[in-house]
Amino acid sequence: MAEINRDDVAHLAKLAHIDMTDEELDRMAGELAVIVDSIKTVSEVAGDDVPATSHPIPLSNVFREDVVGDTLSNEEALLGAPDNADGRFKVPAILDGE
Amino acid sequence: MTAGTDEVLSFDEAMEKYDPVLGFEVHVELNTKTKMFSSAPNAFGDVPNTNVTPVDLGLPGVLPVVNGVAVESAIKIGLALNCSIAEKCYFARKNYFYPDTPKNFQTSQFEDPIAHDGFLDIELTDGTVFRVEIERAHMEEDAGKLTHMGGSTGRIQGAEFSLVDYNRAGVPLIEIVTKPIEGAGSRAPELAKAYVAAIREIVKNLGVSDARMERGNVRCDANVSLRPHGRETFGTRTETKNVNSLRAVEHAVRYEIQRHAAVLDTGTPILQETRHWHEDTRSTTSGRPKSDADDYRYFPEPDLVPVVTNEAWIEKLRAELPEPPAERRKRLQADWGYSDAEFRDVVNAGVMSSIEDTIAAGVSAAVARKWWMGEISRRAKLADVEPAELGVSPELIVELNALIESGKINDKLSRDVLDGVLAGEGTPAEVVEKRGLAVVSDDGPLLEAIDGALAAQPDVADKIRGGKVQAVGAIVGGVMKATRGQADAGRVRELILERLGVEG
Repeated sequence: MAEINRDDVAHLAKLAHIDMTDEELDRMAGELAVIVDSIKTVSEVAGDDVPATSHPIPLSNVFREDVVGDTLSNEEALLGAPDNADGRFKVPAILDGE
Repeated sequence: MTAGTDEVLSFDEAMEKYDPVLGFEVHVELNTKTKMFSSAPNAFGDVPNTNVTPVDLGLPGVLPVVNGVAVESAIKIGLALNCSIAEKCYFARKNYFYPDTPKNFQTSQFEDPIAHDGFLDIELTDGTVFRVEIERAHMEEDAGKLTHMGGSTGRIQGAEFSLVDYNRAGVPLIEIVTKPIEGAGSRAPELAKAYVAAIREIVKNLGVSDARMERGNVRCDANVSLRPHGRETFGTRTETKNVNSLRAVEHAVRYEIQRHAAVLDTGTPILQETRHWHEDTRSTTSGRPKSDADDYRYFPEPDLVPVVTNEAWIEKLRAELPEPPAERRKRLQADWGYSDAEFRDVVNAGVMSSIEDTIAAGVSAAVARKWWMGEISRRAKLADVEPAELGVSPELIVELNALIESGKINDKLSRDVLDGVLAGEGTPAEVVEKRGLAVVSDDGPLLEAIDGALAAQPDVADKIRGGKVQAVGAIVGGVMKATRGQADAGRVRELILERLGVEG
C-alpha cells in the first residue's frame, strides 16, 4: 500500500462531504499514515495464501424467511427527520449523485 | 427543458460511417414478499414511508439479514441466463451521498457477483438470432423514491427541495450486466429492444418478478459508443439512464447513435457521461459527467456473511426452472402449425397462453386462434384491456364452437351469444334459448326471405340467371338482413341458386 498523503485525505474528505481546513488535512494525513503503517504489519504475517477476511467468524448463508414482520408507522418513520412534508422526508434539492 | 438541441446525423448516414457497440445494465425488482435485508413488505403504491423498518432507514445499531428467497431468485435468474453460479460471494457497500439511500451506501455486490459469464440468444423479428454475452448478475437493493418539488414539474433542474419515500428502499434488485455487444450494426436499436424484452419475459416466466416496466420492475440503462468501421478499440460511451419502456429503449439507442455520429463528425470527442431520456421529445440531454464522485469505495459489508452455494442446491433450483420462453414458443408453433407471421401476431397480441389453454380445453388450433385473434382481441381493444382480462374462459370458447359446429348458430350469432354470456345471462346454450338466436334452418321462412330479396333486386336476379353466379352475394346479404343474421349463409346460397335454376 502506498502511503496516505495530504491529497488522499483531501479527496476522501470531499467524497465524504466533510469540510477540512488545511491544518486539519495536514494533521489527518499524518495520523492516517501511522494507522495505515500499523495495519500494514498484518501483511507481514498473512501471505498470499491467506484470503482477505471481512468476517472474523466463519459463518455463511445466514438467511431470513420471506415473511413480513413489524414495520414503523409513518409518524415513527419521520420522527428523526429534520423536516417533512406529505408524509415524506424533506431534503434540499441535490443535483449530483445517482 | 433543453431537450433536442443536439445535432444528429441521419441513422443511415451514421451507419455508413460507424459501428455501434452496446452494453446494458438491466435492474430487475424481485417480487418477494419482503425486502432484501429487512422484513418490511415489498409492495407498490402504499402510503409513503410505511413499508419501512429501522433497517431500511439506516438507523444506528440495526442488523440486516438476507432474504433467502431473494438469493434463490437471483440464482434462478443466473441459471436462466446460462451463467455460472459463484461458489462463494459477498455483499459490499457502495458508498455515495444522496438522499435516495438513508444509509449513505447501497448494499450491493462488487468483485464476486452471485452469477457470472452467461449468455442469452436474442431472436429478432425476422428470425435472426443474436447472442448477447452476460458479464454478471448481482444482488443489491433498490433506493428510495425522490420527488423533486418546485421549479419545473418533477425535474431535478430548478427544484427547490425533494420529498423522499423509502418504501422502495431495500426492495431486492438483480442487476444484469452485459459484455460489450459488437456487430449489431444497423440492427442495434432493434436488438436493444429485443434484449430488454427477453430479460423481462425470462424473469416473468421464472415468477421472480412482476416485470411491469411501467412500475419500474424492469429498468434499463443503455450504453452506446461508436467506432469507425474496421477499428478494434471502442469509442467513448454514454450511459442513458432509466429507459423504462421497450419502445424507449429502441428509440434511445437509435438517438444516441445519431447524436454520437454528429459529434464525432465534427472531430469533437464524446464526453463520457450519463444522459437522461425524454420520451416527449425522443431525445437525451446531458446528465452528469463521470467524475471523482464515482469513486464508490466499495468494501465488504461487515454486517452480512458470505453466500455459499453447492451443487445440490443449484441443481435443485435448476430443476425448478420453467421451460425457457423461446423454447416454449418454438414448441407451441410447431404443435399448432401456425405460420411465422400468424404466430408472431399471436405473441404480440399476448394471447399465446390463452390459445394454449383453449386448445387444451378441446378445440383445434385454428379455432382457438380465430377466437383469440378475432372477436376477443377486438373486444379487448375496445375496452382497452388485455384479451385475457375479458373473462372469456377456454371452456366458453369450446361451448360456443360446439354450437357453431352443430349448425345451431353461425359465427355472427356467436358474438351475440358471447355478449349474453359475458352479461351473465347463463351458459351459451341458455343464451341461445333466451335470446332466440338459433339459426333459421327451416327452409320455409328462408324461401320467403329469398323471394323477398330477389323481388327487391330484380337486376341482380337477372345477372345471376345470366350466369354471373358471384352476384349471389348481394341476395344472400339481403336474406341475412331480413332474418337478422339468423340464417345459415351457406344454405341460403344453395337455396337462391336452386330457386333461380342456376348451377352453383
